[in-house]
Amino acid sequence: MAVVFQKPHSLTDAVLHYCPGCPHGIIHRLVAEAIDELGIEGEAIGVAPVGCAVMAYDYFTCDMIEAAHGRAPATATGIKRCRPDNIVFTYQGDGDLASIGMAETVHAAARNENITVIFVNNAIYGMTGGQMAPTSLPGQVTQTSPYGRDVNHCGWPIKVCELLATLEGPEYITRVAVNNVKNVKAAGKAIRKAFQNQIDKKGFSLVEVVSACPTNWGMTPQKALEWVESDMLPYYPLGVYKDRSAAKEGEAK
Amino acid sequence: MAERVLMKGNEAIAEAAIRAGCRHYFGYPITPQTEIAAYMAKKMPKIGGVFLQAESEIASINMVYGAAAAGFRVMTSSSSPGISLKSEGLSYIAGSDVPAFVVNVQRGGPGLGGIQPSQSDYFQATKGGGHGDYRMIVLAPASVQEMASLTVKGFNLADKYLMTAMILADGTIGQMMEPITFEDVQVETYDKPWALTGTKMQRKHNIVNSLYLKPDELERKNFERYERYKVVEENEVMYEEYMMEDAEICVVAFGIASRVAKNAVAAARKEGVKAGLIRPITLWPFPKAAVRKAADQVKAFISVELNMGQMIEDIRLAAECTRPVSLCNRTGGMIPDPEQVLAAIKAAQKGVN
Repeated sequence: MAVVFQKPHSLTDAVLHYCPGCPHGIIHRLVAEAIDELGIEGEAIGVAPVGCAVMAYDYFTCDMIEAAHGRAPATATGIKRCRPDNIVFTYQGDGDLASIGMAETVHAAARNENITVIFVNNAIYGMTGGQMAPTSLPGQVTQTSPYGRDVNHCGWPIKVCELLATLEGPEYITRVAVNNVKNVKAAGKAIRKAFQNQIDKKGFSLVEVVSACPTNWGMTPQKALEWVESDMLPYYPLGVYKDRSAAKEGEAK
Repeated sequence: MAERVLMKGNEAIAEAAIRAGCRHYFGYPITPQTEIAAYMAKKMPKIGGVFLQAESEIASINMVYGAAAAGFRVMTSSSSPGISLKSEGLSYIAGSDVPAFVVNVQRGGPGLGGIQPSQSDYFQATKGGGHGDYRMIVLAPASVQEMASLTVKGFNLADKYLMTAMILADGTIGQMMEPITFEDVQVETYDKPWALTGTKMQRKHNIVNSLYLKPDELERKNFERYERYKVVEENEVMYEEYMMEDAEICVVAFGIASRVAKNAVAAARKEGVKAGLIRPITLWPFPKAAVRKAADQVKAFISVELNMGQMIEDIRLAAECTRPVSLCNRTGGMIPDPEQVLAAIKAAQKGVN
């Protein structure tokens, strides 16, 4: 019988611990597919975050390290500066990357550290049970913003791609989503490019993946994906925010 | 013949680290240890190494964590407030069983404190600092020569026992210049089959991690780690004894305080008071047996420290409260003079006569 669909080689056989309907599984798959397609599994070293993806080290077949909360880009920097020929990536959520780890994120980008960052933005702290995240939308109800996020009280959500794109440093900053087939395909392409950039020694590449959290948003998986379209994407528009090499090629033309 | 050079204590650490095979330094500026970073910034690019100034102490210790996990000899250095910030990372490094080398050139605290020499991070270094059950090997140099030799030793011990070795120095030894000799450095090398190298599709993936959600597994990990710590306690204690053969009063002091104490012990001897000195070189593991043995011989102990009395607790524990232990201290960046220590020795002598 012909095999028409199979698990990427770069994913282990471990059963994912994510909630039913959580897009982390899709995003893990996209990362693993990119690693497979580029043939870098034997060279890859992944850095897992603190948050829902904390156990990502069990899911990828490449060498893995578990970082402290928010420090994945610093840990990745230490690895990459020792092993510049390995392919080093981080996989981080919004609390990890955009709240406690904002300094590490901004400075790794400013240094154009030659690493790949997969940033999963689902606008909530999932692992701890649904608290307000730095990317929670205005008015969004969470455990720690039970009356809706009041921007006069706790400020505005942070648009990571827009912020990082102001820096001279980074090579590639893009935002994708995984709420429908078309977007998933585009996300896979962006992730592949983010790894290819590292292989080509172009520098810091970050792919923000707008995701969903049905469990903590209190929605069915279907409804959550709709909410991504109706509420998340207007605030977090998809697109390439910075692509230095493409811009240079454009100038040359 | 080995070369004899005049160096600052901080520079001696940096040069010794390079000779010990360290090619990666990650740090953040803070007084009074900046010479280490400056030396590395100058040297590393010339010898194929990496000097990287991080955005914070927190980032720098996590860079150390990554580099150590990658299997490389790596270091960071800082001073007291910076070590507080690094403590989270030190806990992760301990929990992941990777080797690291860290220097604390102490200044006065708490808080922002001052920039003058201090020994007030003794508790932080020997009892924890970060969260969870863990230990670090803590080395206390008392001369610029020891800044160098204990640095080499520290790298070797870290690799041998898969833990952090910390140099607990102070601003005085860091800043002062003394002639030193770089003996042929004995670099010990250890296999690191756990290191992150990429699987090369040749083996199952390595995971460097400190998360164990199953309590029995976490307990087992901690028990195993403490078995290793026990071997360190049995084999790696270092201390110096001075005039202890017939001593009746035992002064205990480390680092710069021990040099003041040594002068005071010599002065006491001139006045006919039988004083002696135990100088712990490893603060963890603490030279418990030496202190316990001394307790059978001396009438009293004096702890000379540049803090409000921290090592004194370990002396009392080691002496099992069989002898009185008094504190002779200055703090906040002040250093006792030999006269103050001599007076304490005489008072202790009188107190027990």
